[in-house]
Amino acid sequence: MSTAFASAEPAAAATILEASHITKSFGGLVAVHDVDFTIPAGGIVSLIGPNGAGKTTFFNIVAGLTEPTEGTIALGGVRIVARAARSWAEPFFWFAPPVVVWIIAGALFVAGQEIAATVALLVSIALLITTLLIAVIRPRWYVDLLTRAGIFRSARPHEIVALGVGRTFQNIRLFANMTTLENVLVGMHARMHATLVDAALRRRRHRTEEEESREEARKWLRYVGLRGRDDIVARNLPYGDQRRLEVARALASKPRLLLLDEPTAGMNPVETGQLTALIGRIRKELGITILLIEHDMRVVMGVSDRVTVLDHGDKIAEGTPEEVRANPKVVEAYLGTAAT
Amino acid sequence: MTAATGSKPLRPRDVVIQVRDIFDRHQSLTIVIGAIAVIFILPFVATLPPFNGFGKQNDWINTFADAGVFVLLASGLNVVVGLAGLLDLGYAAFFAIGAYTYAYGASSFTGLHIPFWIMLFVGAGVAATFGLLLGAPTLRLRGDYLAIVTLGFGEIVPVVILNSDQLTRGTNGITGINQPDLYGILGINSFGFQSPFLYFVTVVAIVTVAFILLYRLQDSRIGRAWVAVREDELAAASMGINTVTTKLLAFSIGATTSGLGGAFYASKLGIVSPDQFDFTVSFTVLAMVVLGGMGNTWGVAAGAFIIFEIQHQGLKTLGDFVQSLHIPTFALGPLTVDLSTFNFLNYQYLLYGLALVLMMLIRPEGLFPSRRRRRELHAEGDEVAELLSAETLEPT
Amino acid sequence: MSVLSMASTRRSLPNIPWRTVGGMAIALVVAYLVILNASGPQAQEQFINALTTGALYALIALGYTMVYGIIELINFAHGEIFMCGSFVAYLLITTFGFSGAITDLPLLAGVLFVVFLVSMLSMGVVGVIIERFAYRPLRNAPRLAPLITAIGVSFILQNIVFVGISNSVVSVPKLIPFTILNLGPVSIREINLVVIVLAIVLMVGLQLFTTRTRLGTAMRSTALDREAAQLMGVDINRTIAITFFIGAALAGAAGVVQTQYLGVTHFRIGFQDGLFAFTAAVLGGIGNTTGAAVGAFVIGFLQVISSAYGYGRWNEAIIFATLVLVLIFRPTGILGQQLAERA
Repeated sequence: MSTAFASAEPAAAATILEASHITKSFGGLVAVHDVDFTIPAGGIVSLIGPNGAGKTTFFNIVAGLTEPTEGTIALGGVRIVARAARSWAEPFFWFAPPVVVWIIAGALFVAGQEIAATVALLVSIALLITTLLIAVIRPRWYVDLLTRAGIFRSARPHEIVALGVGRTFQNIRLFANMTTLENVLVGMHARMHATLVDAALRRRRHRTEEEESREEARKWLRYVGLRGRDDIVARNLPYGDQRRLEVARALASKPRLLLLDEPTAGMNPVETGQLTALIGRIRKELGITILLIEHDMRVVMGVSDRVTVLDHGDKIAEGTPEEVRANPKVVEAYLGTAAT
Repeated sequence: MTAATGSKPLRPRDVVIQVRDIFDRHQSLTIVIGAIAVIFILPFVATLPPFNGFGKQNDWINTFADAGVFVLLASGLNVVVGLAGLLDLGYAAFFAIGAYTYAYGASSFTGLHIPFWIMLFVGAGVAATFGLLLGAPTLRLRGDYLAIVTLGFGEIVPVVILNSDQLTRGTNGITGINQPDLYGILGINSFGFQSPFLYFVTVVAIVTVAFILLYRLQDSRIGRAWVAVREDELAAASMGINTVTTKLLAFSIGATTSGLGGAFYASKLGIVSPDQFDFTVSFTVLAMVVLGGMGNTWGVAAGAFIIFEIQHQGLKTLGDFVQSLHIPTFALGPLTVDLSTFNFLNYQYLLYGLALVLMMLIRPEGLFPSRRRRRELHAEGDEVAELLSAETLEPT
Repeated sequence: MSVLSMASTRRSLPNIPWRTVGGMAIALVVAYLVILNASGPQAQEQFINALTTGALYALIALGYTMVYGIIELINFAHGEIFMCGSFVAYLLITTFGFSGAITDLPLLAGVLFVVFLVSMLSMGVVGVIIERFAYRPLRNAPRLAPLITAIGVSFILQNIVFVGISNSVVSVPKLIPFTILNLGPVSIREINLVVIVLAIVLMVGLQLFTTRTRLGTAMRSTALDREAAQLMGVDINRTIAITFFIGAALAGAAGVVQTQYLGVTHFRIGFQDGLFAFTAAVLGGIGNTTGAAVGAFVIGFLQVISSAYGYGRWNEAIIFATLVLVLIFRPTGILGQQLAERA
């Protein structure tokens, strides 16, 4: 699926993600306040902080689910997220040309030129359809045109996936009634290229891609430790396996950056250890950069290269796990001012 | 929970599973065989009691042909409502667009006589275009709003047709529409009004092709995307699915199918008028999808067929039967009930309404549900029981 | 949830939002001029007709918007309740034996009172029954289910009237004399005055109810955050039932207005006018009762203006186009809040 934003992959970027001055307010409540953040390629960065610190909001901004009030995010050097500039103008972009032609058609009609008026009407419909086709089939052109018109809108979630960001959710959001294998196949959606026509005609391209995708999906399932559960409905998996499935599904999109939102929540120590090991393997064997929201300090200390701490929307500390742990401000944030 | 080995007595359940397996592996072939069976079996069954009491065989075959159109419509709406989960209440609008497009392309009204088979595609294509035009701005709205917008569209199209007298002859409709035509193949030219059997076979052929395509789409990347979007739109978007284009595709396929049905219908009837395409048509097709089994193509087809036949053969005959009983009038509060003029057809929408409500409350997956749908709508307990009893468990 | 705007207005004394009022005043003046351009001497009468039609739609739109605000469901059957209300009025009037205008004022007032009361109460009950048996069991089902049920209920109601009472246009005796009252520079028919005043009274009453009474506050809080309201001890089921009752009662009143103002009713008016009223609710900002009223008047004026310019046949198309345009460009409506609709 062609992406609207990034062009070629940046050559060995040292920084995968760069967030600058990210602020998000909901009405009067400021959830995230002027946060700067960089993620080095190949690193594992943890984002921690007490509940309500703004971690998941920040995640959602990176993943494209919500737009920041201020600030920008660049992925591999390409600005993907920022406050929308004149996004209200987008519908006008669609309808202004056809409306102009309608007015011309109306004028022609009134002037008695009925045939010309009908032609103009058809032209306006053709304009609409053309805009539609461009937006759907060549999104890159569409966004270019919009940018030229001075309209910017942030990348939508599916575009961000195509740019190489995968994620899991804090409250598991699997496709509960699809099987394990199907869930992973959906994760691969953006990488599969057989078209509708290929599928309808059962062309070789479709059949081969389906088979290869299934093979790869099984490979991912085995990688996360879910062997032989292909046809079990996701809803019926035990909790720990559901978490693994979410990871497999995210990995299937072959991301450069993996966002894990509290992946060990609700797990017992054994499962937590297994998942932590998996996270380490993902970085080491697959070279994927990882951004992690976590509450379990053993995981954070055990696997992170860098830790960033948020509290009430502000970044209060950043550094290696040891540095952060020793930071009095962090201790205060978690335990309150009374503690030392 | 080990897999059962060795021979075991064959239970009905196993037969079903095996038949399902064969069907899954040779979908298209199964559909074609099914179509051929339908062509031969249905007309035969129409000659058997009690069906032969309801009408002559030719009448039956004529209704089969009309039912086929609605089977096509229901299958299309199934993609929109059943697979993608979008409530489209204005489906009849695309039906009308396909029909009127055909009327423009192949009738004495415009003087154009583009061949039937080409016009089928053109009608479908025009309807698809309108589907895209309507869907593009509105599919990003939430489900309820989409329902209202489609409802409005379904209302507007007949109104526009009605009021554009010069272009559409308004309420009189367009007559003199060309019938399907084989142009000399098998010695057949225009189908005419004599034998409904040709129409029947043609519509079965069209439905067969449509089914093959629909099943193939369901079983592909786009089919999975539809289910994912229906299950959890946010998660689907976060997995790389462009939810808007996915929904748009479902919506357009629905519109295309409807337009195709409309074109054939216009050709068969020979006349189109706006009152053939009002909300009751949209509602009936929706009822067919819901009652038949949302998400299940053949279930929806069966539902469509059953409802159509009840509508056109059943209720009328039932009415005749009750009339012949000569029950005297009686009063029910402020309402007078006069059974001698009782027309069951008037009650059909009441019954559909009731059926829809009861279905949603009791059996939302429909009469012939797809496996996935039954899974979605019933408790885990059932699923576990199914697992325990099936021989499909592998040792883990 | 735009019911927030309900919460923010009217504390002790009404604090009038001057910008909104100013905007509406200007809009009214512009509308009058537009009508004047087309209708000349009849402009005043048309203008008042627009207000009356708007009042009628407002009474229906309020029910849509209240129900949507509290359970996020478009109650497709709501239009049918309006229609049934009109038929209740029809049955009452014809059973009482009235066949024309009543000149005796106390008698007129009495009859109208009874008709309104019966219609509103009976429709309120119908609304509660529908909610209890068709919507409540599906409160946690996928969104599609209650929508489909609502359509089913809509058809059930339509067809009960269709087969039980009449399948064609039914004319209803207009009880209010057609006399014109001359109040200074304005001449207005009695019927229009009654309708407009009634609508205002009911709307003000509704606003007072939702802001000053406990039940009203319960309704608003349930609309804002159902779980929190529940934790605060609000009986959700009862609150929702009351919302339906009030919405349906207002629709029932609208039904009576329909018979008295237009003198006819038909089993399909619920469907048609329901669509208009829903457009009005969306136009004003779904979930926002003030918005519903504003939207209704806009629709009323649109209708009259299009008729005045000779496009009466295209009414439905115009209003539908309005709906689509509003949903594309400003889905939260004129008075609604800026809620993001994107996933």
